[in-house]
Amino acid sequence: METSVDKELSPARVKTGAGFSSKKTPDTVSTNKRLKRSHRQIRAENIFRRTIMIVAVATVVLVVGIMITLAWQSRLSIQSAGLGFLWGKVWDPVRDIFGVYPFLLGTLLTSFLALIISVPFSFAVALFLGEYFPKGWMPDLLKNLVELIAAVPSVIYGFWGLAVLVPIVRSFETAIGVNAVGLGIFSSSLILAIMIIPYAASLGRSMIQMVPANLKEAAYSLGATRWEVIRMVILPYTKSGLFAGVMLSLGRALGETMAVTMVIGNTSLIPKNIFSPGNTMASVIANEFTEADHPVYLSALIELGLVLFVVTVVINMIGKRLIKGVSK
Amino acid sequence: MSVAIKYRIGKSTAFKTLVIVLSLACVVPLLFILVYILQAGITKINWNFLTNLPKPVGESGGGIANALVGTMIIVGTASIIAIPFGILCGIYLSENKNSKLAYWSRLCIDILQGIPSIVIGIVAYFWLVKPLNSFSSLSGSMALAIMMLPIVVRSTEETLLLLPDSLREAAYALGMPFHRVILKVIVPCGISGIMSGVMLSVARITGETAPLLFTAFGNPYLTTDITKPMQSLPLLIFNYATSPYNDWHDLAWGASCILLIWVLLLNIFTKLITRKWKVQL
Amino acid sequence: MESTIVKSVNYNAYFGDNHVVKDVNIEIPRNTTIAVMGPSGCGKTTFLRGINRMHELIPGATAKGQILLNGEDVMEMHPIFVRLKIGMVFQRPNPFPNLSIYDNVIAGYKLNGIKLPKAERDNIVQHSLTRVALWNEVKDSLTKKGSFLSGGQQQRLCIARAVAMEPEVLLFDEPTSALDPISTSTVEELFHELKKNYTLIIVTHNMQQAARVSDRTAFFYMGELVEFDDTKTMFTNPKDIRTQNYITGRFS
Repeated sequence: METSVDKELSPARVKTGAGFSSKKTPDTVSTNKRLKRSHRQIRAENIFRRTIMIVAVATVVLVVGIMITLAWQSRLSIQSAGLGFLWGKVWDPVRDIFGVYPFLLGTLLTSFLALIISVPFSFAVALFLGEYFPKGWMPDLLKNLVELIAAVPSVIYGFWGLAVLVPIVRSFETAIGVNAVGLGIFSSSLILAIMIIPYAASLGRSMIQMVPANLKEAAYSLGATRWEVIRMVILPYTKSGLFAGVMLSLGRALGETMAVTMVIGNTSLIPKNIFSPGNTMASVIANEFTEADHPVYLSALIELGLVLFVVTVVINMIGKRLIKGVSK
Repeated sequence: MSVAIKYRIGKSTAFKTLVIVLSLACVVPLLFILVYILQAGITKINWNFLTNLPKPVGESGGGIANALVGTMIIVGTASIIAIPFGILCGIYLSENKNSKLAYWSRLCIDILQGIPSIVIGIVAYFWLVKPLNSFSSLSGSMALAIMMLPIVVRSTEETLLLLPDSLREAAYALGMPFHRVILKVIVPCGISGIMSGVMLSVARITGETAPLLFTAFGNPYLTTDITKPMQSLPLLIFNYATSPYNDWHDLAWGASCILLIWVLLLNIFTKLITRKWKVQL
Repeated sequence: MESTIVKSVNYNAYFGDNHVVKDVNIEIPRNTTIAVMGPSGCGKTTFLRGINRMHELIPGATAKGQILLNGEDVMEMHPIFVRLKIGMVFQRPNPFPNLSIYDNVIAGYKLNGIKLPKAERDNIVQHSLTRVALWNEVKDSLTKKGSFLSGGQQQRLCIARAVAMEPEVLLFDEPTSALDPISTSTVEELFHELKKNYTLIIVTHNMQQAARVSDRTAFFYMGELVEFDDTKTMFTNPKDIRTQNYITGRFS
C-alpha cells in the first residue's frame, strides 16, 4: 500500500473497523483526533436519536394522559347521571342535581351568534388581503393588525367588555325594551366575534392566494367582472378552505373562557333570549371549580370539561382535515 | 346590452367597496380597545405601582409587584419545560416525516392545539395540585407549558421541512453525526422560524388566565416559591376587574396596560427577529 | 506504483423494490481520475452515493454487496468514518448559508466539534482554498457569508470544504452541471491538480468532460457497469456495443 503522495498532504492510513489503531506520526495526529472523537460522536448520535424519539412518544402519552384523566375523574358524575347529564335542565349543586342543558345552550348560542357576526368580516379581510390588495404597506398593516386581534389576551377583552361594551349594550337593550342587564349572551357574542375574526381570516387569505392565476385569467378573458371571478372561480375553489377557517374559529369560540366568563352574567338558568344572562360550559368550570365542595359536584364539572374537550377536538379535527385535503 | 354590462360592473364595484369597508371595520374595535386600555392604564403606572404590593380594600395606592414577579416565574418555568421539549419534538417530526410515530405524534399535537385552556387547567390540577395538596405556580407553569407545546412543535417542524435536502447532504458528507447535522447546521439555518414560534408562544401564554385559575390560583403577597400559590398579571386583572372596588379597578387597568405592552412588544420583536435572523439560502 | 483504493464486489442498490444498481464489480486505482458516465437513470449517481454511504440517507433505500476502501468493507464501518475518508461534492453548490467562507472551509472540523489551534485552522483554510484556486479571490472576504459567492466560486468552496478534511477519495456528483462554461473549465482544471493527492471519482452527464478530465471511464447502463477501461480506449475502441451506441450518440 505504498503511494507516491507527498507525505505532508497524505491522509493517515488508519484502520477504523473494530478497534482502530494507527501510526503515531505527527502528520496523522489530526486525523487520529478526528477518528477518536468520532467514536464518542457515534454514542452521542444514538443518544440524540433516542431522545427525540422519546419526546415524540411523550406527546402521545401526554394527550392520552389528558383523556384518561378527564374520563377517570368524571366517572362519579357519569355513573350517577348517565346521559341525562346532557339534557338535564336544572343545575343545582346544593341538591346534587347536575343537568348541563343551560350551559350547552349558552355555549352554542354565544358561539354561533359570534360566528354569524364575525364571518362576513373574516371573509372580507381574506378577500382584501388575498385577492384585492395582496401587496403594499396598507395591506401589510391590516394583516398585522388583524393578527394582533388574536394576540391580545382574552382577559383584557373581558375587562374592556365589562367596562365599555356592557354599558353600551345595556343602553341598547333599554332602547329596544328588553330586560336591560348588559351582561349576557349578546355581549359575550360581540366580544367573541371580535376575538375570532383572525382565525378564519388568515386561513382564508392563504387559501385565496393559492387559487391558480390561470383559472382567474381564463375567467377574465371571457369578460367576467372581478365579482364574477370571485363568485365563479375563487369561492368554489376555496370553499372547503374557507369552511375549515370557520371551523377553527368555532373551535376557538367554544373553548374561550375568560372574556365570556366576565361578561355573560353567570347564571345557571336557561337563557330566555339572546339578551339574557347565562353561562357557557367553560365559564361554569371557571366560576365553580374551586367552589366545588363535594366529589360529585367536582366530578360533574370535570365531565363538563370532558364534553367541551370532545366537542372542540372534533371541530378542530374537521377543520385540520379540510385544510390538509385542500393543500394536497 | 350596455346597461347589462354597466350593471355587472356596478355590482363588482359595490362588492369591492363592501369588502374594503368590512375589512377596515375589523380594525376599529381593536384600535378602540388598544387606545382605551393604554389611556386608562398608563396614568396608573409609576414606580410605586411596579414595586409595591396591593393594598387592602379601602386604602388607595399599592402596586402589582407580586403579579409581575409571579408572571415572570410562571412563564419562565413553562418556557424552560416547553421550549426544549417542543423543539426536539419538531426535529423528530421533520426528520421522520413518514414514520408511524410521527403520524400519531402529529395527531396528538393537533389535538393539543385544540384543547380549550380551561380543560388543560383541570388536568394540571389533577396532575400536580391534588398530589402536592396545594395550589402552586409549578402546576400553573405545567398547564402553560402544555399550551405552548403545539406552537413550538409546529413552527419548528414547518421551518425545518422547508430547508433543502442539499444542506443535510453537505453536512453528512463531511462525516458529521446526526445530532451535529441537526444542532449545528439544520437548527441554526432555521433559527428565525423557530424563534418566532417560541416568542409567539411566550406572548400567548403570558396572557392566559383560565389554566391558572385552579393551578397558580393567585396570592396577594409576593412569593418566589414555586410550590406555593402565586399571583400573575392575568389572574390579578381577572380578580380585580370583577371586584366592585374602584381602587382595585385602577390596579387592573395598570396591569392590563403592562400586559398589553408586553404582548405588543413581543409581537413586534418577533417580526424584527424573523427578518434579521433569516438565513439566506 | 498502482494500488487499488476502492473496490466494489457485487454491489447492488435499491430504492424500495426498484433495483437501480446491479452487481457492480469495479476496482479503482489510487490517484487516478475516474469518470462515471451513462444515460440518466442508469444508476451512476446511486453507485457514487453508495461509496460513501450517502445512498442510505434516502428513505427506503437499501444496498447489498461490498465496497472496499483500502481492503476494508465500508458497509461494515460506521458511516461517519466512511464519510470522513471519502469526501463528496454535489451537483448544486451547497455551502452552509449560515457560515462565513472561512468557517465553510473548516466546517468539517468546526461542526464536528474538533478543536484546533487558530494557527492550524488558518493553515488549513489557506491551504485548502489555495488548492482549489480560490484563495486569491476570497482572501480579503473570508468573513463574508459563503452564499454571496458566484456559482463557480461556491462550487470550489465546496471542494475546498471536502479537501480540508484530507480525505483519500473525492466523489463528484455532476459537479459542473449547474455551472456556466467558464466556471466549468476552472473546476475541470482543478481536477488535474487534485489528482496528485486524491483519487477522484466523477459522475458526469457530459461525454466531452469525461474524455477531458479522466484517466479511466466507467460506463453504466440500466444499472449495470457495462465497461470500465482507459478513457482513451473507451472513446476510441469500445468493446461493448452499448458503449459504442452511447458515445456515438445513438441513445442517451
